[in-house]
Amino acid sequence: MTDTVIQTEKLTKIFGSFTAVDAITFDVKKGEIFGFLGANGAGKTTAMRMLCGLSVPSGGEATVAGFSVKNQAEQIKHSIGYMSQKFSLYEDLTVYENIRFFAGIYGIERKTIRARSSEMLQRLGLGDQRNTLVGSLPLGWKQKLAFSVAIFHSPRIVFLDEPTGGVDPVTRRQFWDLIYEASDNGITVFVTTHYMDEAEYCNRISMMVDGAIKALDTPANLKSQFQANDMDEVFYRLARRAKRKSY
Amino acid sequence: MKQLLIFVQKEFKHVFRDKKTLLLLFGLPIAQIVLFGFALTNEIKDANLLIIDHSKDETTLQITEKFRASSSFSLRESVMNTSEMEDAFKRGSIKLALIFPSQFEQDLIHEGRAPIQLIADATDPNTATMLINYASSIIRDYQQSIATKPPELSIQIQHRNIYNPELKGTTNFVPGVMALVLLLICVLMTSVSIVKEKEMGTMEILLVSPFNPILVILAKAIPYLALSIVNLIVILLLSTFLLDTPVNGNVFLLVGVSIVLIMAALSLGLLISNSTNSQQMAMLISLMGMLLPTMMFTGFLFPLENMPMALQVFANMVPSKWYYIIVKDIMIKGLGCSAVWKETLILLGMILLLLALSIRKFKIRLS
Repeated sequence: MTDTVIQTEKLTKIFGSFTAVDAITFDVKKGEIFGFLGANGAGKTTAMRMLCGLSVPSGGEATVAGFSVKNQAEQIKHSIGYMSQKFSLYEDLTVYENIRFFAGIYGIERKTIRARSSEMLQRLGLGDQRNTLVGSLPLGWKQKLAFSVAIFHSPRIVFLDEPTGGVDPVTRRQFWDLIYEASDNGITVFVTTHYMDEAEYCNRISMMVDGAIKALDTPANLKSQFQANDMDEVFYRLARRAKRKSY
Repeated sequence: MKQLLIFVQKEFKHVFRDKKTLLLLFGLPIAQIVLFGFALTNEIKDANLLIIDHSKDETTLQITEKFRASSSFSLRESVMNTSEMEDAFKRGSIKLALIFPSQFEQDLIHEGRAPIQLIADATDPNTATMLINYASSIIRDYQQSIATKPPELSIQIQHRNIYNPELKGTTNFVPGVMALVLLLICVLMTSVSIVKEKEMGTMEILLVSPFNPILVILAKAIPYLALSIVNLIVILLLSTFLLDTPVNGNVFLLVGVSIVLIMAALSLGLLISNSTNSQQMAMLISLMGMLLPTMMFTGFLFPLENMPMALQVFANMVPSKWYYIIVKDIMIKGLGCSAVWKETLILLGMILLLLALSIRKFKIRLS
């Protein structure tokens, strides 16, 4: 049995005369790692913002965790986690203070936070760093911590907006281990990325070109469909057709 | 509510961990009070005075004694020729020279009149005028004391400086510094701290969370409100015990009105933070758009009445102008609510306008 946790139907966003997202339709299943790929300016971020309830669609419909993005944005916010491309924890707060704050604004009890955070820090190998200022941690650790904070309140879906920018390949690999772990625990992962090797890690991939989804399948199927050796090639074949300038 | 508490806690941590800014926030008002109180004063103390006495008689010595006793002047050794005096003026070692002609006393007794020459360094015209006035009044006092009989017809001027009989400059600048410090902390710190969240990317996380965006603003404002009130108390204590300028009116009314100004400043900071995405920009707008007008158009450095009409009209838009009037009324004149309600209403109106503008600009859905 598979649940659908994200469902979009001709979801569209128009800014003035510019169609940023052009009637995209797709489903994401529970526990799936869904890769959302596209060149800069293809409309990934705009689409993601609509799904997070930050931006109202101009047309079409989408449900996230069973709630409509049009009028149930508040319920959606309770069911999702979000990690942006900018590293986004407070550098002048300690590891625990960051966890405490972000978990706190999701309304999690202090006792629960304490128990769950020490377990989480152990798992991340950050057990000794509980009271270290986040600003003094290496970038890779910060990134892993930011992801763990984003799923601390056990959301049904976590949205990752280019989460591994500027991170070395080893750390990126470790980061993906965390993503797999979250997916095994039933959390759906919706991830945008620039790295085509990362795209291979996803269960399914959608390729956005000029605001529309031009391809959507597993990495293996996409490669055979486009007769490509790797995802890089698939991406170039699609992106070459783009009319819109990237910005 | 609990979430708000957690948020406010976090904001306090930001404030207290940034030691440099914290030092600035508390050092600034103290430094300003001390500076304005002791260094940047427009009262005249110990102005260097040179007396050239060509007469050296009983009367001129008595007048010289009077000058020596005055705290406004400090006597330089006397010289006998005018070229040395000119050198002294050129070097800047004296501000005022007083010259008794020869046979001063005899002229006074026999002819009933005797001239004294006062020469002032007018490179700073205000100081020169004040020195001439001080010196004239010392001489006048002396003249009255030696007058044998009252002149037949005379108009007696009796003047009294009410509210500030000693003509202390402190009554002028303590309210000014209060306005300046409150505005600086609230506008600058609030706008920078909100924009910082945007710049860091944490604002997006907050907006995706179920936390109400309006509460973000509220949580940001509370620590600075608290800091401002602490600063206000520090300024009032310094003013009372160090500068001898106590609050003559109701302290609670003063604090209440100050909170109104703080709220106006917070709404201004909010508006600025909604108009820009970078900390530098927020700082620049706050400083240029707020600090300068506050310094110039509040009335504590330059009297507004002497400005051209257009600038006077502009000054009405500066919140601290109204606050300055209120604080002087309460603190110096000791007046109550009935005297300041109009200015307070104007401030409240400004808050409403600023809040309306910022809410219109506040993009809850970041689109």
